[in-house]
Amino acid sequence: MSLLFNGRTGDKTTRRVGFFQRVVMGGINHLRQALASLGELWRSPLATFMTIGVLGLSITLPSTLYLMVKNTEKVTAGWEEAGEISLYLQSGTTEQQAKQLLVAVSLMTSKIDDARLIPPDIALEEFETLSGLGDSLAYLDKNPLPYVLLITPKAEYLQPEPARRLLKELEQQSVVDFGKLDIEWLEKLYAIVSIAKDIVWIVAILLCVSVVLIIGNTIRLNILSQREEIAVMKLVGATDNFIRFPFLYTGFWYGFLGGLLAWMLVAFLLWWIQSGVENLAGLYQAEFTISGLDMQALGVILLISISLGLIGSLISVQKHIKEIEPS
Amino acid sequence: MIKFDRVSKTYPGGQQALQQVDFHIEPGEMAFLTGHSGAGKSTILKLISLMARPSVGNVLINGHNLNDIKLSQVPYIRRDIGMIFQSHQLLMDKTVFDNVALPLVIEGYSRKQIQKRVSAALDMVGLLHKIQQLPLALSGGEQQRVGIARAVVNRPPLLLADEPTGNLDPKLSMEIMQLFEDFNQAGVSVFVATHDLGLIARMKYRTLTIKQGRMIDDGLNDQQDPLAEAPDLHDPNMPPVTKLPPKYTS
Ligand SMILES: Nc1ncnc2c1ncn2[C@@H]1O[C@H](COP(=O)(O)OP(=O)(O)OP(=O)(O)O)[C@@H](O)[C@H]1O
Ligand SMILES: [Mg+2]
Repeated sequence: MSLLFNGRTGDKTTRRVGFFQRVVMGGINHLRQALASLGELWRSPLATFMTIGVLGLSITLPSTLYLMVKNTEKVTAGWEEAGEISLYLQSGTTEQQAKQLLVAVSLMTSKIDDARLIPPDIALEEFETLSGLGDSLAYLDKNPLPYVLLITPKAEYLQPEPARRLLKELEQQSVVDFGKLDIEWLEKLYAIVSIAKDIVWIVAILLCVSVVLIIGNTIRLNILSQREEIAVMKLVGATDNFIRFPFLYTGFWYGFLGGLLAWMLVAFLLWWIQSGVENLAGLYQAEFTISGLDMQALGVILLISISLGLIGSLISVQKHIKEIEPS
Repeated sequence: MIKFDRVSKTYPGGQQALQQVDFHIEPGEMAFLTGHSGAGKSTILKLISLMARPSVGNVLINGHNLNDIKLSQVPYIRRDIGMIFQSHQLLMDKTVFDNVALPLVIEGYSRKQIQKRVSAALDMVGLLHKIQQLPLALSGGEQQRVGIARAVVNRPPLLLADEPTGNLDPKLSMEIMQLFEDFNQAGVSVFVATHDLGLIARMKYRTLTIKQGRMIDDGLNDQQDPLAEAPDLHDPNMPPVTKLPPKYTS
């Protein structure tokens, strides 16, 4: 491909290789360059290790937070299904009225799985045994508890929104004082989790930007330290692209190794936290394992960190390789 | 092959390096460019190799105006020009082999061809036995010859040399000039900037002289200096030379 001399490649076809062979050779060349860049990193292990350490730590923090939020969601997702509606009837409601309501509600079979009436005296008994207040309740001259109707909605009405609609509908019934969804506290938790999620996002974005900057700056220093080599390569006809690739591969490796380190650190942190979580779960007679750090998570972390590495090196390479000219 | 058409070059900072320079070097010709230090020799070579652009005027290679060459095309132009520098411009942390192979790697030659051509080029400059050495382990003259091997390894039709014998002893200088002569016999146009007047005198090729940025002698019309006469061999009207030196053919 000569711009100045028409026949230059024409009469030297034998020295050129075919198109297909060129593609194969290009692939091999890239592989070779990628490995050469890795070897280059290995030649200054301390500097490389420090850079990768910074990258690894930067990626570890958002990854860990992300997994924790994810796990919280998993836990609460299990709770959400346990939604129940308690209807508190007006005080002074007679047993007759309460039973009528039970029948009326039980007939709404399209929305309700089960309805149970808890009369005040049973509720009081239960309260006595559970609270341990026992005898002191005997001083009450009158049972203060109302009739309560415990309703288990059908599966479709377990999600917060439909459950709330169902609750409204039930509250319309006569003699009902008010109803309570037992997922209200869960919604508060959701709100907190969603704030936590926002924070995770902000932290993640900030740290990703810092990863890009760190890699960009490292590559910039690499380029400047090879100023003369780059000038010589340009002198003998290297295109900017040709010069770029080794640096892009360096960025790739930084991203890859940083991501790998982050994954290992996250695994370690989760293992560390796990015993604490087991303890806590034990107190609630539950069993819970922190999950999420599987091959897919590794893939995602690597994908993100490699992309960040490539973006950082691309920015640097784009700016600085153009500036170097032989003189 | 090379044509300067009223070329002036003013460097940023106001230094006027060339003024209205006009000359033409024919395909297959071998010519010297001489002049005092600071006269503008390197500037002329830089304009040809697109390391600098003219402020005014046109530089043409093989009829192509270099002013029309876009920045992205510059590397491809340089692949057609073998360049030799006084400061050898070698990669000091790469072996002699890797240095000479660089232009071929850039152009995407196969491993086998690179091997073959690098060996041939190094053999030509008599350094085949140093192929795996680092340039640091070579003498100045040997480094210079590595630079020459790199310049000719992809067989460019045009060879430029800026003070190629600057730090060499007379015997080695002569050998290098003979190398250039060999390339020229193989059809390569050779343009050498030097202030080694003794060497030029012995070579009897066309000599262009520049003084303070002006071409005071383009080596064609000057009858008073018989040494600067171009030999008949390089008459532009002659058919291209076809006889190749044995080492340049593989
Ligand atoms: N990059 C530059 N910026 C500014 N001025 C320059 C630059 N390069 C060269 N010059 C000036 O241009 C003039 C010609 O320089 P050039 O390098 O072409 O001379 P030369 O003939 O090659 O000299 P020498 O024999 O010492 O190598 C000089 O006066 C020099 O100071
Ligand atoms: Mg000079």
